Amino acid sequence: MKKDIILAGVGGQGILTIATIIGTAALSEGLQLKQAEVHGMSQRGGDVQSHLRLSSKSIASDLIAEGSADMIISVEPMESLRYFNMLNTKTGWLVSSINPFNNIANYPDVEQILAEIWKLPRYVTIDADKIAKDQGTVKAANIVVLGAAAPFLGLQYTSLEGAIKKIFGRKGEFLVNVNLNALKAGYDFAQQKMQKSTI
Amino acid sequence: MDKLLLLGDEAVALGAIDAGLSGVYAYPGTPSTEITEYIQASKEAKERHIVSDWSANEKTAMETAIGMSYAGKKAMVCMKHVGLNVAADAFVNSAITGAHGGLVVVSADDPSMHSSQNEQDSRFYGKFAQIPVLEPSNQQEAYDLTRYAFDLSEKYGTPVMVRLTTRLSHSRAGVVRKETKAQNRMSLPSDLKQFILLPSIARKRYNVLLAKQEAFSEEGIQSGNNVLYEGSDKSMGIIASGIAYNYLLENFPDRDIPYPILKISQYPVSRKLIKNLYDQVESLLILEEGYPIIEEGLRGTLDEGKTIRGRMDETISFAGELNPMKVKKALGMQTNEGYTVPEILEARPPLLCDGCPHWDSFGALNEALKSYSGGRVLSDIGCYTLSALPPLDSINSCVDMGASITMAIGAAEAGLVPAVAAIGDSTFTHSGMTGLLDAVNRKAPITVLLMDNATTGMTGGQDSSGFGKLEDIILGLGVEKDHLKIITPLRRHHDENVAVFKEELAYEGVSVIIARRECIQTLARRMKLKHAKKEETVS
Repeated sequence: MKKDIILAGVGGQGILTIATIIGTAALSEGLQLKQAEVHGMSQRGGDVQSHLRLSSKSIASDLIAEGSADMIISVEPMESLRYFNMLNTKTGWLVSSINPFNNIANYPDVEQILAEIWKLPRYVTIDADKIAKDQGTVKAANIVVLGAAAPFLGLQYTSLEGAIKKIFGRKGEFLVNVNLNALKAGYDFAQQKMQKSTI
Repeated sequence: MDKLLLLGDEAVALGAIDAGLSGVYAYPGTPSTEITEYIQASKEAKERHIVSDWSANEKTAMETAIGMSYAGKKAMVCMKHVGLNVAADAFVNSAITGAHGGLVVVSADDPSMHSSQNEQDSRFYGKFAQIPVLEPSNQQEAYDLTRYAFDLSEKYGTPVMVRLTTRLSHSRAGVVRKETKAQNRMSLPSDLKQFILLPSIARKRYNVLLAKQEAFSEEGIQSGNNVLYEGSDKSMGIIASGIAYNYLLENFPDRDIPYPILKISQYPVSRKLIKNLYDQVESLLILEEGYPIIEEGLRGTLDEGKTIRGRMDETISFAGELNPMKVKKALGMQTNEGYTVPEILEARPPLLCDGCPHWDSFGALNEALKSYSGGRVLSDIGCYTLSALPPLDSINSCVDMGASITMAIGAAEAGLVPAVAAIGDSTFTHSGMTGLLDAVNRKAPITVLLMDNATTGMTGGQDSSGFGKLEDIILGLGVEKDHLKIITPLRRHHDENVAVFKEELAYEGVSVIIARRECIQTLARRMKLKHAKKEETVS
């Protein structure tokens, strides 16, 4: 098993939380992992990414090679475009929220951004903000995106649930359930989309 | 044994704790900050009374660590690469004094300048000081080599450098921990004159240092940190140091590399080892993160030997960090390509947070400066450097810690009156105070905007050394009471703040305007904590 994942977003959108959940789930399955993060200046509202690598064998590089990522998981649509060059063109999946984080003057038209994503052979685009709101809080939008990526991670769904319980456990049952529901809602959305596309 | 999932920085911290550390001294700086923060948060470090408060700057940190080493205990000092410039005087001379208790200097380089103003390579400093440098290639090595650094330091009575780079500092992987060693008791060096660098003593000490060099390079072999792996294809030999070794392995998923490889994690590198590789291959490829220090040594001035490829012949670009693809290209292997990045993508540079006091400080300064010609604001290093970008476009320089005040003096003395220095509270106590003394002594016509957000904001909100003491410091340095003003950078105080700036800009002497409001990030964190505590007491 090997999964090379690029996590993308804007500083403060919670991509490190996604990384921690996937990482905890991977460790519970006995996998090896490496996770390169961005700290420092870029965290102030700039573009941030994390290279998350899972494997049943030992992992050498902290960085994923260009054109080799199995997945891009992005919590912001324009940020998913930034890493197109990283994605494996034969197998790679792109999973992205469609909700823009607009903190720059020249933010492109969202329809154009989505049109670029929809040119790819394998993608899931999801209205994570709306789905998260339906589950109780828009703050769980990052977990909805993670849920939408879950079918392609090569991990047991129950491992992800276990990781959420472990990570949010200290913060109380309410937050655990909100995040479990957000994960499920994202997961169901991706499953439906896949069924539709196979018909 | 269970593996701990640690950042490279955290692995260094844990390695030091387990080596019997008694004190860590540091000033925050990306990518080194998390080393000290890990020790500050560690329960075991608390139980062992490991000193871990932030120092005012890297030089005071380095000197305090030398003092602890003098008194026989194990000390570590941590900084980012440019911090080593600040600490350089103490650092280079510590090689001459030597160490008593283990003395380890961690310098975290930032190739590609993710959060820095240059990509200088700390290994040069190690070579310059003529002390051993350890360069871990992964998180486990970061832990192991930090432990080893203390052993090496005490064995040879020398400071030892551990060199990290961003991608190791800020990447997590599993680390296996070993036993925790005892801390040293206080003890003084057997020669109480060892640390007195009077020329007559320094000459002797320098010879002591020179005499250790052969043993230092031999240690790299004995420790197993520098290893020559055999390979059947002699058309090329590869030297890979630090994390460059990982990028090499990455390109051989089954680890079946046909070429002989010299893996380097310790300097100085034994000449024997290099010669052994050189003699058996037709050409060499040098993979190192940072400057071509090994490559330059191999080529020599004349560069008339076998074909050597690396950064100096642009096989790999001279600037910027390595990655698996750059190494793959250098190996002459076919690289993968992803999709083309769509043209509609825009850059998203970092920016000041919503509600950040710097918006209001620079908003008022910008307006007060409208009646003057542009180019008058010499600034410094911190979040406020982001005011260089639109929409503020406020500042005209950012060179090194504390340079705002001294550059403003120089510019004013060239005729740029008024000149403004814009500096944060933590940067001011790091390296701005002495410059302010210069300004006072020379009666320089400068206006200092001192943005006091009560923290070291850019690196994540660490304690600021001058907290609660700034007015006393400024008046103590001789700034006139009438020209020390305190404003609250808030939108609703805009007009009165502009008036204060205008008045002080017109004064032809030293003025300091403290713009005081807490960092929005630390405020939010404090409120969250308070809220959580309240809930705890309720339930």
